[in-house]
Amino acid sequence: MAPTVTVPTPLPEKFPEGTVVEQEGMDQPTWVVQREVLKDLALELRDGPETQFDLMLDLCGTDYPERDQRFEAVYHLYSLPRGERLRLKVPVTEDVPTLPSLIDVWKACDWFEREAWDMFGLRFDGHPNLRRILTHEAFQGHPLRKDYDPARRWILTEDKIYRPHPQPPEGEDDDDIFERMTINIGPSHPAMHGTFRVVATLDGETIVASEVEIGYLHRCFEKMAETHTWQQVIPYTDRLNYCSSFINNVAYCKTVETMLGIEAPPRAVWARTILSEFSRIMDHCVANGSTLVDAGALTNFWYMFQPREEIYGLLEACSGARLTVSYGRIGGLSADLPPDFEARCRRLLEIIPPFIDDVDGLIAKNRIWLDRSVGVAAISGEEAVNWGWTGPCLRASGVGYDVRKAHPYDLYDTVDWEVPIFHGGDVHDRYRVRMAEIRQSLSIIRQLLDRGMPEGPVIVDDPHIALPSKEACYNQMESMIYHFKLIMDGIQVPPGERYSMVEGANGELGFYIVSDGGGKPYRVKVRPPCFPMMSTFSRLIEGGTVSDAVVSLGGLNVIAGELER
Amino acid sequence: MIGESWITTQIAALEGWAQRNSFWPLPFGTACCAIEFMGTVSSHYDMSRFGYEVVRFSPRQSDIMIVAGTITDKMAPVMKRIYDQMPDPKWVVSMGACACSGGFYRAYHVMQGIDEVIPVDVYVPGCPPTPEGLMYGILQLKEKIARSHRAQAKKEDSRGTDGDRSDAAA
Repeated sequence: MAPTVTVPTPLPEKFPEGTVVEQEGMDQPTWVVQREVLKDLALELRDGPETQFDLMLDLCGTDYPERDQRFEAVYHLYSLPRGERLRLKVPVTEDVPTLPSLIDVWKACDWFEREAWDMFGLRFDGHPNLRRILTHEAFQGHPLRKDYDPARRWILTEDKIYRPHPQPPEGEDDDDIFERMTINIGPSHPAMHGTFRVVATLDGETIVASEVEIGYLHRCFEKMAETHTWQQVIPYTDRLNYCSSFINNVAYCKTVETMLGIEAPPRAVWARTILSEFSRIMDHCVANGSTLVDAGALTNFWYMFQPREEIYGLLEACSGARLTVSYGRIGGLSADLPPDFEARCRRLLEIIPPFIDDVDGLIAKNRIWLDRSVGVAAISGEEAVNWGWTGPCLRASGVGYDVRKAHPYDLYDTVDWEVPIFHGGDVHDRYRVRMAEIRQSLSIIRQLLDRGMPEGPVIVDDPHIALPSKEACYNQMESMIYHFKLIMDGIQVPPGERYSMVEGANGELGFYIVSDGGGKPYRVKVRPPCFPMMSTFSRLIEGGTVSDAVVSLGGLNVIAGELER
Repeated sequence: MIGESWITTQIAALEGWAQRNSFWPLPFGTACCAIEFMGTVSSHYDMSRFGYEVVRFSPRQSDIMIVAGTITDKMAPVMKRIYDQMPDPKWVVSMGACACSGGFYRAYHVMQGIDEVIPVDVYVPGCPPTPEGLMYGILQLKEKIARSHRAQAKKEDSRGTDGDRSDAAA
């Protein structure tokens, strides 16, 4: 589904003068909205035939202590039919940091609003459950405010731990023979992958109500990014979605590169595309492997992990690390490709398909697997969009949005490939989409290898961005000065803000970055693809059995590092 | 007396030999390190070569806890509870920079090393450690247990042969 080239979104006229104002000179259309009209405007934007903003990608806060209206809530909207983006900024004061909740418009706002409350103290009127989401129950203050000390910790003791009481819907509790039971699953539970907690009320084996608790791996990525130089943020991005860390490097570096107005050299772009696809394969291997192991199919888990081991070899040859590679740099790559890069890639193209075929052979017609996955945790495309889904899980629900096709970057528009789409929206189709995408990725890599490796440097030739070589550093005064300046002060990024995105392994991975012209980012917000999907988890598992819940988590591919940052 | 203490020593040695050659690890995996832990137990590196493949997710059935990943302040009480639930004797391997010291997350929600709440026997550095590194760490733990049993055996040995020593009564 290729979006048509569109006309810019017209500014609505029905609102009073000055309540919706277009901000000039931004990377994408940006409107400054007064909170009084926010909800009406949101409804208008979602339903209007000329706007059709059906996907709420991201909501975050920003803090400008020197302004009268200190905080800003920033919404990033996307229209799937029009392929158009829009940013809404709602300024609020410190004394009255309240906004209307937009849950009724986009359900995706649920957890995003809780996050903005937790991080900045923005209050959303009408939110049914405005509790902290990422930090713990004994936490005081709002950590992403500029006046919060990055290292100020609060200790949580066991008596303060939140004990949820999920409320089953009214009117269904007329069965007085069986007592309902509320159980706690996680966070230290293999089915919850170590970092999520679900409290479920059961009627027999059916889940009638549930509550999901996250935040067990909130590592303060965004605060850390504000206290480090632009290049130093890269290792932190590795640890967002650590199953495919190189894609995170690329997403961050590309955003900063566009802010600097530079482009990575062709050799780096070529390598980035290939390694991103290998990372995607690795990520899909984990997602499908863990889904299958949760369903009891352990053999497939080993089969899916072997291709990862092989790809680790390639990444290690490039960057020196297996998992958290930190191979991207602003302006290119950290080091040149190894001499046997092409041979290694060719070898991988030989080894990986048999493993994928073996797993497919074991699984595709397996009665147990089909019984446990077909129709389980199903969601329609329309509903998934409203919940803010992107990526393979959305494509399993019949909506073919893929950033690589809709807004091509790197070399994706120069190769021939397809976006696999399935329509079941269940665990089974999420598995099938990933298997099909692995094959597409292999095809992309093969085409790029056939084209041949471009010659030249792997990082831009700009002493204000790229470190000079060691040899130049030791022998030339000028290079030494540049080296010193880059290490001490870092890259200087011109003031401005930008949202840019790539197709991460589990959906649209966006970075919204604000620079004040200094050596450190002013604000870095990740648009984590799995965050909206996890917020849907309660909706997905209610009505199913506990064993369905276990199977459905792996297929969402929720990676805690990215979910909670 | 001598005969009795000989038997005690040998049973302690046997117990130590059994313990250190067949750990049942509890993977307390939270983050990136957990992926490397999976790599360590899967076919390529295959931790079962050392007899450590029986991965238990129940603390009641395990004797070493491998803390793999960042532990946040929100997770700390949970980890402490899991550790308390493990039966004695028990050991802890802290895998990765975050579990050892908080790593490069000197931040408002991250515990600066799990030894703030539980005792650690072996620290494995790295971010994340390679599977070789984790295996080396576990083998160090094996060595540590062997050493402590040797020391204990030596102590009991000397106690048995020299009954007049003042520490024998203690």
